[in-house]
Amino acid sequence: MSYTMSEKILANASNKDSVEAGDIVMANIDIAMTHDLTGPLSVQSFEKIGTPKVWDKSKIVIPFDHQVPADSIDSANNHIIMRKFVKEQDIENFYDVNAGVCHQILPEKGHVVPGEVIVGTDSHTCTHGALGAFSTGIGSTDMAMVFSEGKLWFKVPETNRFNITGELKDNVYAKDVILNIIGKVGADGSTYKACEFAGKTVEDMTISDRMVLANMAIEMGGKTGLIEPDEKTIQYVKKHSTKPYTVFKTDLDANSLNIIDIDVSDLEPQIACPHNVDNVKPISEVDTEIDQVFLGSCTNGRISDLRDAAKILKGNQIARGTRMLVIPASREVYSKALDEGLLKIFVDAGALVSAPCCGPCLGGHTGLIGPGEISLSTSNRNFKGRQGSPDGKVYLSSAAVAAASAITGRISMPE
Amino acid sequence: MKGKVWKFENDIDTDIIIPGRYLIYTDEETLAKHCMEGLDPNFNEKVNEGDFIVAGTNFGCGSSREHAPIALKGAGIAAIIAESFARIFYRNATNLGIPLLEAPGISETIENGEKIDIDMEKGIITSESGKKYEFKKLPPFMLEILESGGLIKYLKDKK
Repeated sequence: MSYTMSEKILANASNKDSVEAGDIVMANIDIAMTHDLTGPLSVQSFEKIGTPKVWDKSKIVIPFDHQVPADSIDSANNHIIMRKFVKEQDIENFYDVNAGVCHQILPEKGHVVPGEVIVGTDSHTCTHGALGAFSTGIGSTDMAMVFSEGKLWFKVPETNRFNITGELKDNVYAKDVILNIIGKVGADGSTYKACEFAGKTVEDMTISDRMVLANMAIEMGGKTGLIEPDEKTIQYVKKHSTKPYTVFKTDLDANSLNIIDIDVSDLEPQIACPHNVDNVKPISEVDTEIDQVFLGSCTNGRISDLRDAAKILKGNQIARGTRMLVIPASREVYSKALDEGLLKIFVDAGALVSAPCCGPCLGGHTGLIGPGEISLSTSNRNFKGRQGSPDGKVYLSSAAVAAASAITGRISMPE
Repeated sequence: MKGKVWKFENDIDTDIIIPGRYLIYTDEETLAKHCMEGLDPNFNEKVNEGDFIVAGTNFGCGSSREHAPIALKGAGIAAIIAESFARIFYRNATNLGIPLLEAPGISETIENGEKIDIDMEKGIITSESGKKYEFKKLPPFMLEILESGGLIKYLKDKK
């Protein structure tokens, strides 16, 4: 019989010889992640269950990233709740306010390796499928179950495999590829399904680029984003982790596999327009002034994104009437950007550079937009009210388009 | 179950249900105050205990925040009926004891404010004006979770 990666990983995690799409399995969890914002609810639910100790203190990872540093007494209190939980349960992998965004920290600190089952109380947990792990977002009650039992039930998903081919033109990036795909299939185009990204274009991509694809699988309803591990994956994993790993690949004749061919050779930069991620247009069809540019997030806050943006911003000034926030995704990214002189380029151009955190992405902490204001963001969601006022608008783009647009004050093609 | 319908469109996302700036709160009452605020700032005041939401496709898309179903529950919503639901929201709402029912076609013909009667056993929704909609009946274990009032209470009942 032939199976998909998801079927193979979930069979392995539930100690079965094989499982098929539609089966319900009870899978052992390798890594469980919660953060400062959804953590307190998870802890509350865990306490309601009444199990005294978590199932495995070495498999829980808790980064603080959504509201760091604390911006109110309420968020400081949430941090206190989580630090207390970390201490009481002796959680080994705790990253306080100085570390960065959870989906950057997990792979960077070696918590993700191929073949694992990873859950997180954050919908963009699907990012880690870029390294060949089955990784998905869950709620706080489910997380409480995982804290207690180390297991969770899953319905084995069918798979949409995006077979991506064609060489990307200059100024076209992984972000444009994924926005294009979401625009084509729609916000519910992969609901309940695993989204695999494959093909020559993906093979040629760096691990950072692959993370951009997997990160946004949820924006088409995907249960996880997945990329088959190759030499690049193994190199990355060995550099960051000492954990054992297992490589699972998809059999192309698997029953539950639906292959969708995507040719990106003619693709131009893509923009997701308000207020849905699937409202995607090529940049040539978008013309709007912008009030704020946000470069950062778990989608595009990595060093390669900062390099792409800095190259465009170097020696330029951000347009009058437009403001730009640059937030590196982690301390490691921040440090590299310092070493490479990128932060000086941003500061000299007139941008605000902030400490690693989720920033305005979810409109809860810093850099919110007001009524009638327009944000261009390298993050992953543009829902109504996502970055502040429900009367504001959010557009999504690559880091390069964000940088070029900051200079002109309107959504612009990088030159 | 009988109650009034509050009708919404396709792709109602979790930022609409509860905006990110309120996620620092975890209690039902505070979250309920801001429920659906982006679309209707007074939603919480208008809803009565036991009312229903009827929506189009992909209800609850977006974030994994369990604050979203908590806010709806706190506002008094007794069940959500839609053409389809996003995955994480579906799990979260069920875990909190809120029935989510998929009734194809309902969003096209039901009116905002109509009163409906949900028969969970038969899988039929009947409106005041006599319109009938079938929904996919829930499996027994899910009904048990809902009857217990959520997953945690269900697990405690079992012990």
